[in-house]
Amino acid sequence: MAVSDVYLAAGTHVNAVATEADGAILANAWLLIALPLAGAVILLLGGRRTNGWGHWLATALPLAGFAWAALALVQLLGMEPAERSISVPVYTWFSVGGFDVAVDLLLDPLSISFVLLITGVGSLIHIYSVGYMEHDENRRRFFAYLNLFVAAMLVLVLADNFVLLFLGWEGVGLASYLLIGFWQHKPSAAVAAKKAFLVNRVGDIGLLIAIMLMFSTFGTVAFSGVFGAVEQGGQGTMTAIGLLLLLGACGKSAQLPLQSWLLDAMEGPTPVSALIHAATMVTAGVYLIVRSGPIFEAAPAAQLTVAIVGAVTLLAGAVIGCAKDDIKKALAGSTMSQIGYMTLAAGLGPVGYAAAIAHLITHGFFKAGLFLGAGSVMHGMNDEVDMRKYGALRTAMPITFATFGLGYLAIIGFPFLSGWWTKEGIIEAAFATEGLTGQLLGSAALLGAGLTAFYMTRMMVMTFFGEKRWDDGVRPHESPTSMTAPMIVLAVGSVFLGGILVFGYRFAAFLEPAIGAPEEPHAFSLAAMLTSGPSLAALGLMVVGAAAAWFMYGRAPVPREAPAGNVITVAARNELYGNAINEGLLMRPGQVLTKALVVIDTKVVDGLVNGVAASVRNSSEGLRTAQTGFARTYALTMLFGAAIVVATLAVRI
Amino acid sequence: MTDIPWLTLAIALPALGGLGVALLPRERAETAKRVTLGVTLVTLALVAAMASMFTTSGTERLQFTEVYPWIPRFGVSYAVGVDGIALVLILMSAVLVPLVVLAAWKENDDADDQGKGYFALILILEAMMIGVFAATDIFLFYVFFEAMLIPVYFMIGRYGRGPDRRRAAIKFLLYSLLGGLLMLVAVIGVYVYGGTFLWSDLVGAEGALAGLDTQPARWLFLGFFIAFAIKAPMWPVHTWLPTAAGSSRPGTAVLLVGVLDKVGTYGMLRYCLEMFPEAAKWFVWPVVVLSLVSIIYGAILAIGQSDMLRLIAYTSVSHFGFITLGIFAMTSQGQSGAALYMVNHGFATGALFLIVGFLITRQGSSAIADYQGVQKAAPVLAGSFLVVGLASLALPGLSPFVSEFLVFIGTFSFHPVPAIIATVGVVLAALYILWMYQRTMTGPLPERLAQLGDLSRREVWAVAPLLALIVLFGVYPQPLLDVINPAVQETMQQIDVTDPAPVIGDADLTADGQEGESE
Repeated sequence: MAVSDVYLAAGTHVNAVATEADGAILANAWLLIALPLAGAVILLLGGRRTNGWGHWLATALPLAGFAWAALALVQLLGMEPAERSISVPVYTWFSVGGFDVAVDLLLDPLSISFVLLITGVGSLIHIYSVGYMEHDENRRRFFAYLNLFVAAMLVLVLADNFVLLFLGWEGVGLASYLLIGFWQHKPSAAVAAKKAFLVNRVGDIGLLIAIMLMFSTFGTVAFSGVFGAVEQGGQGTMTAIGLLLLLGACGKSAQLPLQSWLLDAMEGPTPVSALIHAATMVTAGVYLIVRSGPIFEAAPAAQLTVAIVGAVTLLAGAVIGCAKDDIKKALAGSTMSQIGYMTLAAGLGPVGYAAAIAHLITHGFFKAGLFLGAGSVMHGMNDEVDMRKYGALRTAMPITFATFGLGYLAIIGFPFLSGWWTKEGIIEAAFATEGLTGQLLGSAALLGAGLTAFYMTRMMVMTFFGEKRWDDGVRPHESPTSMTAPMIVLAVGSVFLGGILVFGYRFAAFLEPAIGAPEEPHAFSLAAMLTSGPSLAALGLMVVGAAAAWFMYGRAPVPREAPAGNVITVAARNELYGNAINEGLLMRPGQVLTKALVVIDTKVVDGLVNGVAASVRNSSEGLRTAQTGFARTYALTMLFGAAIVVATLAVRI
Repeated sequence: MTDIPWLTLAIALPALGGLGVALLPRERAETAKRVTLGVTLVTLALVAAMASMFTTSGTERLQFTEVYPWIPRFGVSYAVGVDGIALVLILMSAVLVPLVVLAAWKENDDADDQGKGYFALILILEAMMIGVFAATDIFLFYVFFEAMLIPVYFMIGRYGRGPDRRRAAIKFLLYSLLGGLLMLVAVIGVYVYGGTFLWSDLVGAEGALAGLDTQPARWLFLGFFIAFAIKAPMWPVHTWLPTAAGSSRPGTAVLLVGVLDKVGTYGMLRYCLEMFPEAAKWFVWPVVVLSLVSIIYGAILAIGQSDMLRLIAYTSVSHFGFITLGIFAMTSQGQSGAALYMVNHGFATGALFLIVGFLITRQGSSAIADYQGVQKAAPVLAGSFLVVGLASLALPGLSPFVSEFLVFIGTFSFHPVPAIIATVGVVLAALYILWMYQRTMTGPLPERLAQLGDLSRREVWAVAPLLALIVLFGVYPQPLLDVINPAVQETMQQIDVTDPAPVIGDADLTADGQEGESE
C-alpha cells in the first residue's frame, strides 16, 4: 500500500500527454517501433533483391533507434524528475462499449532504460550477426526476424496499457519462435521452436486472464487507471491478478514451473541466444512485475510468491548450469538462474525494484557478451558446442578469451565489476527483508553466488585452459572484427556499467519516479557495501565455488566423454526432470485423450448420423444413383415442407 | 443514388452471371472462367460502393431496404436490407468469392466440363449468400437458407475430391435438411403467432412477437437454434463439416466454412436473440456450455487429425465455439467480438484453406504425412501458410486476435468461469497450428518433394489480398467495429441487456483511464 502511494506521489502525472512542447523526439516515439518494423517488412517482402544490402539496413535501423532513444533520454533528464513520465497517444486500436484499447506509448525512466538496452545490445548483436551469419543462405530472413523482434520488444516495454503490452509480449514470442526454429531443416530446431511457443502460451494465458480481470474490476486496462485504483480492487482480486501476471512472467522469463523451453531454445543461432534468450526477451517477465509494482504492493501474498519463484529458479538454474557440457546450455541454465535473481528482487517490493532492473541491465551486457563469446568459440571450432572437446583455447582466440574472461568475472561477482555491484544490491535487499523470509531468500541468493562461481569457472577452465581435447581437423581461429568488436564493447560494459549505475544509487534515483522508492532509503556507502556480512559471505562463497571448480576441472584432466556422475549430476543433466514431469503430466495424458476423442467422434458421434444416412440410402435403393436419389428426396422434402406451409397458412386464414 | 436497389443488384448480378455461365457451350470453359471472375469482381465493386454509403451515425438500423410483396396472400415479401453486421458479412463474402475463383482457376480442368459448371455454381451460391444475409423477411431468409444447399451439394458431390465425396455431400444435405425442417416449422410458428414474416415488424418491445408466451417462445427459439447450430456447426452436430470439408475442393471449403457456416451464427444473433429475447436468456447457460465444449473438443480433434482439410475444419468447430460464446455472453464486447470474429475467421480460415489447397494441387494429397520440409522448396507458400496459421491461433497484430480478445473480455464480464475455461483453446490452437506447420513445412526436404515449386503469380494474387486484410484489420480493426457496434447496441437494446459495470464503478474512471485516479 505504501508503494501505491509512492507511485502516485512520485509518478504523479503519469499520463501527462506529450505535447509539441515536448519536442519531436518524444512526440514521435512511435518511430522507435516503426523503424525496425519497416526493416522486417522490407526484408521479408523485398525478397532476394535485398540480399546484398538487407543486413546493413537491418543493422542501421536499431542503431538509429538507439540514437533516438539516447536523445529522448537527454530530454527526459532535462525535465523535473516528477514529470519524466510521458504518454504518447498514437491511435485507437479498438473500442467496443466501455472497452477502449489505445496504442499509447509510455516514456518514463523505466521504459527508456529498456529501450536503450534493447536497441543498444540489439545493435551490437546485429553487427555481430553480419559476420556470424555470413555464409548462411537465409541471412536476409535472419535479419528480418531480428528486426521484427526488436520492434515487438519495443512495443512490449513502451506500451501504456496491458493489451498493447500483450501485443509486444506475444510478438516477441513469435520472433523467438521464428529464430529458435531458424534452421528449420533440423527437426530438433523445429520442435524446440514449437515447444517455446507453446510453453509461453501457457504463461500468456495468465496475462490474458489478468487483463480480463482488470477490465471487469477497474473498467480499464491502462496502466494509470489500474495502478491508480489498486486500493479499491480488494486484496483477493489483486492477489489473483498478481499471481496471473506471475504466471505470464514465468513463461516468458523461463522461471519455474515454465522453465523447460529455454534450454531447448539454444537450438537457435547463437546471436539469437544472446539477444533474445539472454539479454532482453527473457527478462520481460521481470519488467512486467516491476512495472506492475502497485498491483503486487496491494497483494503481499502474490509478491512473496514472486520472490520464492525467483529464489527456487535461481538455484535450479545454477544447478543445471553446473552439469551441462554443452556451452550454450550451461549458459542457458545460468540465464535462468540470473533471471531468478531479478525475479527474487522484484518480489521484494520497492526495496528490490531498482536492484532487479540494474541487474537486468548489467546482465544484458555480460550475458550477451558471454553468448557472443561462446558463438565465437563455436565459430572457430566447426560449430562444436561440447566443452569436453574444447580446452586451451586462450592462445588460439585471445580476444574471445579476454572478453569472455571479463564477462566471467562480471557474472561471478568479482569486486567492482558490473555484476558485483548489481548482484550485491539484490543480496542486500533480500537480507534487508524482515524475518525468516528475508534470511531464507538472502541465503538462497548467497548459495546461488557460490554455484555461479562454480559453473562459470568450470566453463572458463574447460574452454580456455587445460589441454587440447579438439576433434581431428579442428583449427580454432579468432573470429573476424565484425564479431570481436561487439564482444569488446560488451566486455567494457561488463566491467564498468554496474559501477556507473549503482555508485551513489544514481540509477535507483533515476528510476524512482516510475517504480517508487523504499520507505526507508539508506544512503549509498561503498564501505558498507564492501564490509557488510552478506557482501563478505558472497565474496567467500565466490572464492570457494571458483576454487572447487578449479580443483575439479583445472587440476585434473577433463575426460572427453562425460563420466557417469552421481544422482545430483544426472538430475542436473536432465534439467531436474522438468521435461519428464511435463511429459508425464501433460503430454502423454493429452495424447491418450486426443486419440480417444478421435475414435469417439468418428464412431459414436458421427456413427449415429451415418446410421441414419445408411438407412435412408437403403430405403432409396430403387433409385438409379445415390446422387439423383437424394436430389429427388430433397425436392420431395421441399415440396412436403411447402405443403405444410400452405396448409398451415390456409387454416389460419 | 439512394433509389438504386443495391442489394437486389448484388443478388441478381451473380445469379444472372451464373445462369449465363451455365448456358455457355461446353468448349467455352476458358470464357466461363473469365466471365465468372469478371462478374464476381463487379459484384465486389458494387457491394463496396454500397458499403461506402452506409451510415453509422443515422438512426435507421436497416439500410438499403427494399420491400415488395411476393406472395401477398400469405404475407410473404421480398424484403432486403442490411445492418452493420449483415453488411460486413456481405462484404466478406464478396471479397472471398473472386479469390476462390482465382484459386480454383485450374483445379477442375480435368473435369468433363473443365469446371464450367463449378464456376456457374459459385456464382449462384454467391447470389444466395448475399441474399441470405440481406433478407429481412424470415420466409425469404428461409428460402435462401435452404436453396444454398443445392449448389453446395453439387460442388461437393460432383466437383469434390476423393471417393467419398458423394457420401460427404449426402451427409451434408441430410444434416442441413434436418435443421431446415425444424426451422421451417419454427418459421411457420412465428407467422402463426406474429402474423407477419417481416423481421422488423416482429422484433422489439412493440413487435408482433412481444407478447409471446414463454413456452412457445422457447420451442420456436429451439427450432431456429438447432438449425443454426447445425449450420454453425456446434458440438455435437458438427460431424458433417470435417467430412464435407475433407471431400471438398479447397475453394468450396472456403465458401462452406468461411461464409455458409456464418449464416448459423449470424442467424443466432439476428433471429434467435432478437425474436425470442426471453428464451435466449433462458438458454444462455446451455449454449455457453456447448460453446465451451465446441472450443475444446474441436481443438483436441484438430490436434488428432492426419488430414489437413479435416484439421482446418475442426479448428473451425473450435472457432465457432468462440463465436457462439461471444453471442450468448450478452455483452457488447462479446457480441461485437463475435460479429467481428465471423469476418476475421472468414478471411483467415479462407486463406488457410486456399494455401493448403495449393499444396494439394501440387501433390494430390491432403495427408499431413505426405509432406515434409516444404519450406525449403516453396518458401513463399510456407511463409503465407505460417502467417495465416498464426492468424488462426489469434496472434496479436493479426485480425482474429482482436475478435477473440473481445469475446474473452465480453465473456469474462458476463461470468469469469467460462472465459477462463475458454482460454484452454488458446493453448490448444498454438498446438494444432504449429504442429501442422512443423510436420509439413519443416525438417529435411525429401527427394520426392524437391520439385514442388513455389506459389505462382495467380496463386499469390489469390491469397495476398487476404493476408493484407488480416494484417490491416489486425492493427486497425476500428472501421469494421464502427460499423458493427451500432448494430450490436441495437441488438442489446432489443433484448434488454446492458454491460455489467466494473466492480469498482467509479464514475470518474473513464474507460481508457486517461483521467484516471491521478491526484
